[in-house]
Amino acid sequence: MIHEHLEIISRETIAKDTVEMTFKGKMAQENILPGQFLHLLVGEGSNHMLRRPISIAGVDKQKSTITIIFKLLGEGTNTLAKAEPGDQLDALGPCGQGYPVDELQMNHALLVGGGIGVPPLYYLAQRLHEKGIQVTMVAGFQNKEQVFYEGAFRSLGDYYLATDDGSAGEKGFVTDIIKKEGFDFDQFFTCGPTGMLKAVSTQLEDEEGFISIEQRMGCGIGACFACVVPAPDSESGYKKICKDGPVFRAKEVVLA
Amino acid sequence: MNLNIKLPGLDMKNPILPASGCFGFGKEYAELYDLNLLGAITIKAATGSARYGNATPRVAETSAGMLNAIGLQNPGVDQIIENELPFLAGYDTPIIANVAGSTVEEYVEVARKISKHPVIKAIELNISCPNVKEGGVQFGTDPELAKMVTAAVKEVSDVPVYVKLSPNVTDITVIARAVEEGGADGLSLINTLTGMQINLAGRKPLLANKIGGLSGPAVKPVAIRMVYQIRQMTNLPIIGMGGVTTAEDVLEFLLAGASAVAVGTANFQHPFVCSEIIQNLPDVLSKYGFSSVEDAIGKGHEHADTNLSRA
Repeated sequence: MIHEHLEIISRETIAKDTVEMTFKGKMAQENILPGQFLHLLVGEGSNHMLRRPISIAGVDKQKSTITIIFKLLGEGTNTLAKAEPGDQLDALGPCGQGYPVDELQMNHALLVGGGIGVPPLYYLAQRLHEKGIQVTMVAGFQNKEQVFYEGAFRSLGDYYLATDDGSAGEKGFVTDIIKKEGFDFDQFFTCGPTGMLKAVSTQLEDEEGFISIEQRMGCGIGACFACVVPAPDSESGYKKICKDGPVFRAKEVVLA
Repeated sequence: MNLNIKLPGLDMKNPILPASGCFGFGKEYAELYDLNLLGAITIKAATGSARYGNATPRVAETSAGMLNAIGLQNPGVDQIIENELPFLAGYDTPIIANVAGSTVEEYVEVARKISKHPVIKAIELNISCPNVKEGGVQFGTDPELAKMVTAAVKEVSDVPVYVKLSPNVTDITVIARAVEEGGADGLSLINTLTGMQINLAGRKPLLANKIGGLSGPAVKPVAIRMVYQIRQMTNLPIIGMGGVTTAEDVLEFLLAGASAVAVGTANFQHPFVCSEIIQNLPDVLSKYGFSSVEDAIGKGHEHADTNLSRA
């Protein structure tokens, strides 16, 4: 993890309340794994005492850029979204443990993402695709207005879409698609709201897989114990989401 | 410039120390900068046995501050001695152990064990954590209990004892007086102020624990007032804290009467903040006409014509 002021080179609204931001910086040369995040300082002065953890959606080492996607959920993310190309953002990163792409050996990966849990899976899909692994993506959103990166995922493999209201793709949840399609895969990788993570890991409990957990964080580096998750089989009985995660083996942690 | 400060048990290169709970046991920040720069380090609270703490979410941002309800998560005093203190022994910086408990016996047991370790130069007796039901805050709000637990810990501790006071009382000077009578070597203040934030969409408190402790710049004026009040009624050394983000804030605490100043929440916003404050402190002291840290302590009282200890 390094500390750097990253320069914003583009900022675009790619879906309702959803912003894609690309930075230029030396950090892009670090060995960044999908699932790792940037811990971003918001605004100036003492308005925002907590940084915002935002997962990395793409890295281009040649151009030395890092892309993130975040949703406008409150004052902090609204302030972040106001930063303009040319501005610099104070970032710690890459933070946490990502999906262990280099060690993964398989033929077919099933990726399951919900809402703002989709972005890290795009970077994962790219890295798996580069390794020659077949990628199937199942994405879930609330409605058509929230959907992003459909075309980008389709260029990397099979893509299935579910929306809560049926305004795009199938009406229903990602779990409905998994049930209906009965995919034959080696390992699954899921990221999204806790409810979805629980539903997916329960549905796929006989399979090997990884989950990525979202939680409100304090320090973001493992010092403050704000973001923990029970891990009954570990020595301490818990894991720190910011430092030991946010990616875990599905059976390693117990979701609340 | 001479930034040295000598307090009971603590020979400090400068008056800056990270506050308990904001710095873990030092390992994470040691990857960012040299911990030898710090005046001292207060490590995360230790209890008799391991505690998991509260459910998540445990933190929420507020205007110029944050709420936390971690719930004293820690591996227990024995594990801390075995697994955490050896790392800190590699540094030439005094370590302060924050000691918490639910009963007098637990405080005594933890203090006895941890104060025997050579890296521990002082104890910060945490009678003020607002985030656990059986977590010591009753000791911090009742003067008789505060005095009793201070005396009991003093009896077994091999190192000086600083008692960390809760601001969640009607008159903090009453508690300060009580722990002084109990034999405290120093005071540490303030702990967090209890608060709550309600999530509009969810229609319920945002923190799983519902109530949390407010920290950050939002609480600084409260902390300054309390340090100032207590300085007027006792000569015990004070480690001041509450919303410090800059060297100017540090000077304000020194003027109010603190001899050392802890930095908490600001470490989350700027992980290098302690080292930056230490770097900036000489310029800020000289800008305001001081030639050392010692020189500035309590100077905010020189023009005081009203004793505020009963305010």
